[in-house]
Amino acid sequence: MSLKDKILITGITDEGLVRDHNEDSIGKDDELGLLVLADGMGGHKGGEVASAIAVDSILQELREALPQIPPGNTDDNTGYSLESMAIEIAIKHANLKIYEAAQNNSKYEGMGTTVVVLLLYDNRITVAHVGDSRLYRMRDKRLEQMTRDHTLLQELVDRGFYTRKEANESLNKNLVTRAVGVNPDVDVDLLEDIALVNDTYLLCSDGLTDMIADDLIEDIQLNYQDNLEKMNRELIKQAKDYGGKDNVSVMLARVIKEFPANSGWFSRLFDLLS
Amino acid sequence: MATIEISFNGEVVEKLPLDKETMTIGRKDDNDIHLDNLAVSGHHAKILTILNDSFIEDMNSTNGTYLNGSLIKKQALTHNDVIKVGKHEIRYLNSDAASGNDFEKTMIINPDADGMQETEGGAAIDQSVGKIVAEIASADSGKSSHQKALIRLNSGANSGKELPLTKVLTTLGKPGVQVAAITRRPTGYYLIHIDGGDNSGRPKVNNIQIGSQAQALNNEDVIEVAGVEMTFILE
Repeated sequence: MSLKDKILITGITDEGLVRDHNEDSIGKDDELGLLVLADGMGGHKGGEVASAIAVDSILQELREALPQIPPGNTDDNTGYSLESMAIEIAIKHANLKIYEAAQNNSKYEGMGTTVVVLLLYDNRITVAHVGDSRLYRMRDKRLEQMTRDHTLLQELVDRGFYTRKEANESLNKNLVTRAVGVNPDVDVDLLEDIALVNDTYLLCSDGLTDMIADDLIEDIQLNYQDNLEKMNRELIKQAKDYGGKDNVSVMLARVIKEFPANSGWFSRLFDLLS
Repeated sequence: MATIEISFNGEVVEKLPLDKETMTIGRKDDNDIHLDNLAVSGHHAKILTILNDSFIEDMNSTNGTYLNGSLIKKQALTHNDVIKVGKHEIRYLNSDAASGNDFEKTMIINPDADGMQETEGGAAIDQSVGKIVAEIASADSGKSSHQKALIRLNSGANSGKELPLTKVLTTLGKPGVQVAAITRRPTGYYLIHIDGGDNSGRPKVNNIQIGSQAQALNNEDVIEVAGVEMTFILE
């Protein structure tokens, strides 16, 4: 079932004003309702290579795997949907590909990438992420960050050393504690949630969130809510107006209509009380 | 590098560089910063230093650790802060901590490797950072994510029935009546309202209607969905 008329997806990646090349990569599949964004790191061309491998490999694998998954099923061991498990596996495969590429070419040594993946299916979403690329949700005019950065800073905030405000003034801003392609295996954070009509999901690299604050992101979303493509261009433009120090990538997905996997009995699972 | 200046009775008695990732403060001999005074606990506090940032953490001392006059558990340090431990004062000096000296390149810390992966242009960062991250990562993060939970129904035909939350996303309700869901995230369990419609039908947690954002659930929270009351229990 194509989600093309039910979910609107846009995406822009821009090298920004300071860097001479773009280490971010983005990719999407409108039919599947799938968005992938990666922010590469590492010397020479390593960052670009890592993020490109991640996006291509994850898209390609999920294009094959997802159509074969019968909707409404859960993995017994973990409690995650089979779709979530497929995404986790795809990220782990991408991880190994990047790791091996780095092992086989000294130019790419130490390269890695963040990744954030959003899949919309059966009126729900799965978000998978590694690193400091984020997913936000705009619902009822409020912006909520749904992913938790894998950064030293976030760890220090969680441990109570810093308040959020102090953290923003810290020097340890850009130290990522988890990345795809750095070790033979990687831990992927997964989350599942219910999608509602009019939800807008925003995926971004830190080139957006280091330049502009969450309330400005919220304002832009409110001002441009009738036009997703304009909203996307404005978010990129604002990140550049506020410095554009890094590559900046933003992808958006808007739920236009409900998208149950089937109109039949499992379109909604009523686990209780039914 | 940041330094500390230790004073006793208003007189500076020692100056030390913060050249280790963790420097302990206490009365016993095995501390990096040894303060021989009965008001100081055996292991009183420690200063963690990561790159150019330092943090003070009290180690459950008897008389407490004060930062600029306030009792603290843990806190980031800024230039000229005064830590008070017993009768000793420790002044933190770090004039380099200006915000202009930012690391703009994102770097990967790799706690599994010997050192850290360092990218082009990155400042030399010692491997101690990796060790600290490993310590932090193993400390307390992520544990709640796999904690099991269940729901016990308190009203309705199935009152008393317990339903384990085996799925990451469990929907609650019945067709035509408002529906909610409980989702397990790395930071714990959350209740979410699904159906639009009028606000009077929103689920309640401990008698308060939830908003459109996910509501964190704590052990023994009482949830009301579609007129049915249930208790959320962490196992």
